[in-house]
Amino acid sequence: MTLAKVDQVLAKYGYRHDALIGIMQDLQRLENYLPPETIRYVSQRLEVPLTRLYHIATFYKSFSLEPRGRHIVRVCLGTACHLSGAVQTQEQIERSLQIKEGETTKDMMFSLETVNCLGTCALAPVTMVDEEYYGEATPGRVEKILSFYTETSGSVENEED
Amino acid sequence: MKKINSASDLEDFRKAILQERDPAKKIVRICNTGCRGSGSIRVADAFEHQIRAENLQGRVVIKRTGCHGFCEIGPVLVIEPDNILYQRVKPDDAAEILSETILKGNLIERLLYQDPENGERISPEADIPFYRNQRKMVSHRAGRIDPIDIDDYIAEGGYTALSKALTTMSPVEIIDTVEASGLRGRGGGGFPAGRKWRSCRAAEGIVKYVIANGDEGDPGAFMDRSLMEGDPHSILEGMIIGGYAIGANEGFIYVRDEYPIAVEHLSIAIEQAESYGLLGKNILGSGFDFTLEINRGAGAFVCGESTALMNSLEGKVGEPRAKYIHTVESGLWERPSNLNNVETWANVPLIINRGAERYAETGTQGSKGTKIFSLVGKVRNTGLVEVPMGITLGEIIYDIGGGIRKDKGFKAVQTGGPSGGCIPASKLDMPVDYDSLKEVGSMMGSGGLIVMDENSCMVDVAKYFIGFLLYESCGKCVPCREGLKQMHEILSNISEGHGEEGDVALLEEISHLMIEASLCALGGSAPNPVLSTIRYFPDEYKAHIVDKKCQAGVCRNLFEYFIDETLCDGCTLCRKKCPEGAVSGEKKQVHVIDPAKCVNCGICFSLCKKEAVRVR
Repeated sequence: MTLAKVDQVLAKYGYRHDALIGIMQDLQRLENYLPPETIRYVSQRLEVPLTRLYHIATFYKSFSLEPRGRHIVRVCLGTACHLSGAVQTQEQIERSLQIKEGETTKDMMFSLETVNCLGTCALAPVTMVDEEYYGEATPGRVEKILSFYTETSGSVENEED
Repeated sequence: MKKINSASDLEDFRKAILQERDPAKKIVRICNTGCRGSGSIRVADAFEHQIRAENLQGRVVIKRTGCHGFCEIGPVLVIEPDNILYQRVKPDDAAEILSETILKGNLIERLLYQDPENGERISPEADIPFYRNQRKMVSHRAGRIDPIDIDDYIAEGGYTALSKALTTMSPVEIIDTVEASGLRGRGGGGFPAGRKWRSCRAAEGIVKYVIANGDEGDPGAFMDRSLMEGDPHSILEGMIIGGYAIGANEGFIYVRDEYPIAVEHLSIAIEQAESYGLLGKNILGSGFDFTLEINRGAGAFVCGESTALMNSLEGKVGEPRAKYIHTVESGLWERPSNLNNVETWANVPLIINRGAERYAETGTQGSKGTKIFSLVGKVRNTGLVEVPMGITLGEIIYDIGGGIRKDKGFKAVQTGGPSGGCIPASKLDMPVDYDSLKEVGSMMGSGGLIVMDENSCMVDVAKYFIGFLLYESCGKCVPCREGLKQMHEILSNISEGHGEEGDVALLEEISHLMIEASLCALGGSAPNPVLSTIRYFPDEYKAHIVDKKCQAGVCRNLFEYFIDETLCDGCTLCRKKCPEGAVSGEKKQVHVIDPAKCVNCGICFSLCKKEAVRVR
C-alpha cells in the first residue's frame, strides 16, 4: 500500500484521533487487511501509541491483521441461522475449502469468517460471499455457491433457482 | 437547491411536490433493501429496462423502496394505486406485469399471494393476513417511499413534526409531550424516553449530545436496519427534535459495520437534509442549529451498550463504563449525552404530530405505542411486523406469522436477543409488553422473536447464546468473563453427552452471581437464556444429562440420522452427496445410512425432498 493513499484517508478524517475506527476501516478496505507498516505509519502520523491501534485492531471483529483472500465468505451465525443449521453449513464450507474459520486458502482465493447476524434472518441460513447474499445456504448448497467463484474467477451473478 | 427557511416554506414545498405528480401514473414499489438477498435489484433493473424499451416512462414509475416487511415472499413489489402485491417476482416477469397489469389492468394469478389455508389468491396487499393483523405506525413509510429521495419523505408529511416542534413548542413542552406519551426505549431496556430527555436537559453543561444507537447487535433482530435503510429521515427528524428539546446542537448515529446500505442511505439523507436547511444553522428560521454525523461500528456486540458505544464514538475500544455515572450527565467526551435507539427516535415525529394523548391510545398501561418485531425462525411467514403493545405472542405467531412451518409442533419463542429468554407454549396467551416479558424471565430486547419448533434443542440454544456472549464479553469484569466461560464449558459438556448430576444447580448458582456482580447489562442479563430454558424445559436438560439423548436432533453426539423406509423413494441424492460414503442403496430402492461412517454433517437431511432422513 502506498503511504500516499494512507495520507488521503487520514486527511479525509482531518487527522482526528476520535475517528480512528473509521480511519482503520477505510484503510482495511484498501487491501482487505491492515498491514503492519500501515499501522506503524498511522501511529507516527497521528502521534497515537502503537498499542492503542493494536488494541482497537484486535478488539473489533471486523479488523484483520492477516492478509485475506480474494473472496471473503461470511457465514451468518445469528440465532435464526443457527436454528436453521448454520453450523453445519460452516462445517461443510470448512471441509470443502479445507480451512477453518479465520483462515485463508493457500491459493489466496477464499477467507472464511463468521458473523453474528447479517440482519437478513428471514432468509436463514444465510452466507455472504463478498457483497452477495445467499439465502437458504444449507450444507447441500455449499458446493454450488462456492463453484460460482472458483469457476468464473470472480464476477458472479446470483443463481436463479 | 433552495433552502426551506420556515414552516410555511415547508408547506408550500410539499404542495409543490404533490402538484407536480401525475395521479394517472402507476407506481411500482419494489423492495430494494431486504429483498436484495433474493435478487430484487435485478427485478427493478429489468423493469426500468423494459419501460425504456416500450417507452412507458409517462405511464409508470419504478420506486426502489425499503423493506415491505414480508421477507418470506421476496422479492416483493406493490403496484399503486390499487395496491396489488406480487410475490417472488423474477426479472423475467417484468414484461408481463407491464403489459398485463399496468396497461390492461389484469391480475396475474400466479404472482399473487396465496393463502396457505384455503389456496385462495389474495389482492390487495392489505387483505393478506400477514398485513391485515398489523398496525404500522412507525414502519409504514419504509416500504412506501424512496429512502434516498427527501422529497418523497416530505410529500408523505415528513418534517411536519419538526416544523411543529421548532415553531410552536418550547423545549419543555416537547419533553412533557414525549413523557406523557409513555414512550419507552425501544432498544431493550425500556427506560422512559421523556424522563431521560428531562435529565439530560437539566444536566450541567453547555455542550450536549444526542446519539442514535443503530448498533443492532442482537442476532435475529433487523427492524432498526429496515428503518435506517427504508426511512432514514424519520430518524433524523426525531433526533433534530430531540436535540432542540434537550439543548444539544450535535448528534451522532452509530451504525453497525454489517449494515452498509443503512450507512449509505443515512449519509444521503443527512446530505439532503443539509441542502434543504433542515440540518445546519437556523433550522426553519427558529434560530436552532443542529448537525449530525454517522459513525460506523466495527463488529463488537458490546458496543450496543450505551457506555461502550460512547467509548467507541471517541475512537477507543468499546468497553463499558461504570453505571453509577449517568451518561445523561457525563457521557460522550464526558458531556451530557442522550442516547436512544433508532426505533425510539423514529417514534418521536409520530408523537409530536399526533399529540401524546392520541399516541398513548395504543398499547397497554405500562407500554405505549407499537413495537416492530422481527419474526423469524421456524414460523411460516417470516419478516418484520409492527403490532400494538399488548398483543399476545400467540396472535403474532399464528395470526400474523401463519403458525409453524411444515405444521410441526411449537416449542418456544425466544425474545430479547442473547439477554432474553425462551418462552414456552403455555405462555402464548401472554400480552407482549416490557413488564410481562420480564415477569416470565425474558425481556423485550430490541424485538427479535425467534420461533423454535420440535427440531430446536433448548440446551443447544442456551449454549449458543452463552457461546455468543462469551465471545462478545469485553472481559473487563470478572463475573462476566469467567462466569460465561464456566457456563459454556458446562453446557458444552451436557450437549456432548458428558453432563453430570448437579450441573443444572451449578449453572443456576453461577447465573445468580453474574446477575448480582457484573459491571454492565451484558453480563447482568447473560444468564437469562440459561435460566429460562432450565425453568421451562427441565426435561430436556434431564434427557441430555441422564439419558444422553437429544430428541431434537441437534447435539451431535446424542442422536443419529436414519432413513425412514416408508418415505424414501430411492432418488439417490443423499448417496451421491454424502461426503463420507455412509449412504448405500440402489436407484428406486430404500437407502440406508451406516452409523459407523456417518459424521452427522446434515447434508442428506437438508437435501432430502421427501424428508425421509430423520433423527433418533
